Amino acid sequence: MSVPEIAIMEAEPRIGVYICHCGVNIAANVDVSRVAEFAATLPGVVTARNYLYMCSDPGQALIQQDIKEQGLNRVVVASCSPRMHEPTFRGAAQQAGLNPYLVEMANIREQCSWVHSERALATEKAKALVASTVAKAFRLEPLEEREVGVVPGAVVIGGGVAGMVAALDVADTGFPVYLVEKSEALGGRVADLNRTFPTLEPVAELLKPLIERVENHPNITVLLDAQLAGVEGYVGNFKVSVSRDQGSESRMQDTGCRMQTDHQVGAIIVATGYDVFDPRRKPELGYGQYPNVITSLELEQRLLEKNLAVDGRTPKSVAFIQCVGSRDVQVGNAYCSRVCCMYTAKQSRLVRELLPEANVTVFFMDVRTFGKGAEEFYDEARKKGVLYRRGNISEIYRRRSFDGTQDRVVLVGEDTLQGRPIELEADLVVLAVGMEARTDVADLSTLLKLPRSSDGFFLELHPKLRPVDTAVSGVFLAGCCQGPKDIADTVAQAKAAAASALIPLIRGTVPAESATAVVEPELCAGCGMCVEVCPFGAPALDPLWGVSRINYVLCKGCGTCAVTCPSKAIRLQHFTASQILAQIDALVEL
Amino acid sequence: MAENGFEPKIVAFLCNWCTYTGADLAGTSRIQYPPNVRIIRLMCSGSVDPTYVLKPLLDGADGVLIGGCHPGDCHYQSGNYKARRRYIALREILKNAGCDEDRVWLRWISASEGQRFAETITQMTEFLKQKGPNPLRREWAV
Repeated sequence: MSVPEIAIMEAEPRIGVYICHCGVNIAANVDVSRVAEFAATLPGVVTARNYLYMCSDPGQALIQQDIKEQGLNRVVVASCSPRMHEPTFRGAAQQAGLNPYLVEMANIREQCSWVHSERALATEKAKALVASTVAKAFRLEPLEEREVGVVPGAVVIGGGVAGMVAALDVADTGFPVYLVEKSEALGGRVADLNRTFPTLEPVAELLKPLIERVENHPNITVLLDAQLAGVEGYVGNFKVSVSRDQGSESRMQDTGCRMQTDHQVGAIIVATGYDVFDPRRKPELGYGQYPNVITSLELEQRLLEKNLAVDGRTPKSVAFIQCVGSRDVQVGNAYCSRVCCMYTAKQSRLVRELLPEANVTVFFMDVRTFGKGAEEFYDEARKKGVLYRRGNISEIYRRRSFDGTQDRVVLVGEDTLQGRPIELEADLVVLAVGMEARTDVADLSTLLKLPRSSDGFFLELHPKLRPVDTAVSGVFLAGCCQGPKDIADTVAQAKAAAASALIPLIRGTVPAESATAVVEPELCAGCGMCVEVCPFGAPALDPLWGVSRINYVLCKGCGTCAVTCPSKAIRLQHFTASQILAQIDALVEL
Repeated sequence: MAENGFEPKIVAFLCNWCTYTGADLAGTSRIQYPPNVRIIRLMCSGSVDPTYVLKPLLDGADGVLIGGCHPGDCHYQSGNYKARRRYIALREILKNAGCDEDRVWLRWISASEGQRFAETITQMTEFLKQKGPNPLRREWAV
C-alpha cells in the first residue's frame, strides 16, 4: 500500500460505473451498452463504460486510469457475483489509491444474464440492479483495514490418508497439529485395502511409513477415540473442543467416561472420509442372503489372505458388478464414485492371477479409466482374459445343487450392447460398492457450519478455483469428505488443503472484518440489548459512560445488534440503513 | 414484460452465506426463473430490519422475500432464528395494520440449493400474479 489513500469524507461522490460483457456470458442476454447509457444518467455518476472483460488486466487498468484522471471516488462494477471478483476490484481500486470499501458490485451474471434468457427483460433487470448498486455506492464510506493475530497450529479431523498427509505438511512446516481420529487407530478406510491401482503396490507398504511418521512427529498430537465436540471462533482463532473416550486409557475413571479438551488453533482441516454403500439397500442383488455375493471391500480382505473359496470350494466362475450404489438415482446417488472402475480392473486381474482356471466377467455401465496409467491398466486386465460385458444385472438368485453343497448363483440382466438378456452362473459375485457421504456428516456440518452439496458431501467454495476452501474462512477440505476420489487425488487435495491452511499460519495475521457494527454513543441509551443478542460477545456496556461499545476484533459484522437496537444507535458499516433504503428506493422505482 | 399481464416486482434480501450463494448457484447451473426478483445482498438474514420489508411494500413492490440459512446453519450462529422471530412479529403487525402479510416470505435456502432458489422465485412470482398488484402502491401514490 505505497499509494497514499484519496481523502473521501468531504468530497462529493464521483462514481464510475463499469459494465462487463464477460465475453458473451453477460452481453448475449443483456444489452450492455444500453445499461451503460442508463447508468450515466444516475445521480453521482461521472463516467459509465462497458468493456469485454472487466476482470482482465486492461479492464482493471481502465478503472485505475479513471480514478486518477477523472477523480473518481466510488466505483461500481456490474459483472459476476461479488463472491467471485470483489477482491479483484477492491485490489485494483486500492492500487489506485482508493479505499477498497468504496467499490461495490452489481451481480448481473449469476443473478441476471445466466438465469434470464429474454434479452429485454434481462436488460431491464440489469438496469435496476445497477441503479440499486449506484445508490448504495453514493453512500459508501471508506473503512479501515485491520489485521488480527493468528494462533499458530491446526486441527485436522480424520486420521485417514488425507488427514495424515495434511497433518504432516503442516507439522513439517513447524506448526503444532492436533490430529483427531474417531476410531482407535490411524489409517482410515485405506487400511482395509490390499493393493493399490494401477501400480499394485501393497497398501501396507504405503500406509505403514505414513502412520509411523505421524505418530513419531514432534509437532503432531494424535488424539484417538476422539470426536469433535464444539467449535468457536473464526479464522486464525478457533477454539476446537474434542471429547475423548477415556475408559480405555485411564482405569481411574469409569469406562465410557468422556473427557473434553480444548485446542486453540488458527486453521481446521476436515478430512473425515466417506461411508461405503451398503448393498443391502439393493436387495435384488442378494447380498447378505447368499454367501456367494460379497462386496469389493470383503474381496480386498480375501485377496490379502489369498483365499477366494466359497463354502470351501474354489470358484470356477467369478462375476463383478460395477456401479453398485453409484450412478443410481433409485438409491439417491446420481454421481460416479470414481474409484470402482479401476479397483474392479485391479481386483479382476488379481483374481485371474489367483485362479487362472476361472472365468472372470465384469458387468459395467461404462468403463471410466481416467488418471495416469489407468487406461493401460484396464487394457492389461482384458489382455489377461477378464471378460468385460456391458450390461445391467437386475437380479441374483440361488441355484441349489442336488446335495446342497455346491450352490451357485445366477445373474440375470440385460446385455446393453446386444440388447439381449443375460444369464450367467457364478460361484462368486463381487459388488463394486461406491462411496457415500458419512452418515454422521450432518453433525460435523452443524458444528462447523459447513454447507453440503446435494450429494451429501461437503461443498467446496468454488468447484474450480477454490476446491479446498469452504464457506467458513479458515476451514479446509481434504479427501473424500468433499466427494469420491482415489488415493492419488486424495493426497493431492490434502497437500492443497495443508498449503491453504498454512497461509494464515505463516502470515501470522489475518484481515479482521472491516465492515463491523459501530455504536454512536450520543444515541445509545445503554439498555444492553445488543449485548444480549450478539453471539460473539462483541458489544459490552462501558461501566463509566453507561453506553455500549463494540470490540471490533470480536465483531463479525452480522448486523443483528443494529436491527435490535431500539434507539438505532448501532450502525452496521458497509450495510447501513441509509445504504439499504437507498437500494430499495432505486429497485422499486424501476 | 407481458403486454397486458401483471408482472409483480419482488425485492429479495438474501444472506451472503446461504441464499445469495444459492442464487449464484442457480446462475452457474443456468436454471431459468422469472426476472421479477431484485436482490439486495446482506450479510445475514438477522440483519433484515423491519423497515427494509415495510419500505418496499409502501413504495409499491408487490412482494418481499427474506432468504436465510437453514436452522442450525447460520454463519453467525443464530441470525436466522432472530430473522424468524422478527418475521413472525412483522406478519402480525402487517395483518393488524390491514396489509397483506402473505406478500412477505421467509425461506431457508442453502448455498447448494440453486434449484430451490429458482423454484421459490417461480412460486412467489406465480403467487403474486394470482394476488394482483400490491394495493398499497395505488393508495400511496400521490
